[in-house]
Amino acid sequence: MKILTRMGDSSNVELTLDELRKELEEGSEAAAKKAKIPILTENEFDYLADMFAAPTRIWGVQRGNEVVMTKDGCVNALNSSRMSSGVVAPVNREVGVRLFESMLGFDSMEVSHNDYSVKPQRFLKALEQLHMELLQETTIFPLLYGFMPNLGLYYRPDGSFENPSDLLPLGKIAEARRTQEEALQACMDDCILMSDCMVEMGADGIDYDTVASTGDAEFLAVLKTTEHVANETGLPVEIGMSSEMVLGFHGELEWDGVRLAGLWPHQQLELCEKAGTAIFGPVVNTNTRKTTPWNLARALTFVKACTEIAKIPIHANVGMGVGGVPMFETPAVDAVTRCSAAMIEIGKCDGL
Amino acid sequence: MQLKKMRITEAKQYVADKLHVTPLDLSDPTLMRGLREELDIGTITGVPGVAKGIAAKIRIAELLDIEINCVEQFKKKTGLHK
Repeated sequence: MKILTRMGDSSNVELTLDELRKELEEGSEAAAKKAKIPILTENEFDYLADMFAAPTRIWGVQRGNEVVMTKDGCVNALNSSRMSSGVVAPVNREVGVRLFESMLGFDSMEVSHNDYSVKPQRFLKALEQLHMELLQETTIFPLLYGFMPNLGLYYRPDGSFENPSDLLPLGKIAEARRTQEEALQACMDDCILMSDCMVEMGADGIDYDTVASTGDAEFLAVLKTTEHVANETGLPVEIGMSSEMVLGFHGELEWDGVRLAGLWPHQQLELCEKAGTAIFGPVVNTNTRKTTPWNLARALTFVKACTEIAKIPIHANVGMGVGGVPMFETPAVDAVTRCSAAMIEIGKCDGL
Repeated sequence: MQLKKMRITEAKQYVADKLHVTPLDLSDPTLMRGLREELDIGTITGVPGVAKGIAAKIRIAELLDIEINCVEQFKKKTGLHK
């Protein structure tokens, strides 16, 4: 019997049951070896094998095991370009949020600008505040305000700080570290500004998305911001990561005595919890040259290591190119539903 | 309730207890449609007269015995704060 599934780039691939099982085991082992965490159990491999072998187009969780969803990127999927899987619908943000609540059945929503990084959003502070304030009066579901810290925008040519990517190839290690330390302070100031201003607008929380995309310096900026926001304002903070490992562009930065470079999801979670995070979103990137069973088993192994120790809700990222889902701008429903359901049934996630 | 750092099982039980239903009932659209209208906490479809937006959230905060930031801010602005 041949089982039809997908590669990490979303193209079709056929596997025998033995090949499928091998892909699942090797994916889980790849994560376990990297992060020094346990592989999935035999029962969990059985569930995944049955799920992938089922010929149905879609898959789902057992009734009663439903979880809640938080979201990044506001209504970009409606009114943005293909970069955000957007369909360029002529819908503004206020209408879009209402549609996500009532028509698309979302459990919560993030309010943010199309230009999703904190640096451009801070110039629109008053507008951002007004839309949060107005939407809180017309919707029922929780509204978080969100953005990407995106430390990369603070470096030349986009920003004013020297770019560590220019300095490192020249062997200017100390200079590269110093510019990251200076830039992270500016990024943190903007993150705090745009978080604090949402308290009186009635925001139900703040979502920092794609965290540590520029490595350990960005992760430090977000941990410090979270510490401030959680302790000083009481606003719940959701942290959604950008990849499974924090890259060490700086290499020596620490928070609470822990070196940030090289941290895996369960280690990132522990620091986020200490900083006061209310929801943690681990990310596991998809390898486009591997199969979806391999990618999903690998992602589940990382995520399960989080949910087993978490004191706060875990909302794993399950979207284009993360959480086992193929890297394709319109991900196939057979892959998305299987990855989502497995994240709940096997990964034991509290949300997605 | 996720915003109060509750894990999903605990959060579902909390809400279910407050609504006098079971956690399984919370994801039953048939049961919840009627219950939401009965409790006047907002419905998915447009129903004239049923609480909407901030009005529904004020009722939800009371029903679940939780503090909702926008409700608190609304009360401050309107002088409804006790």
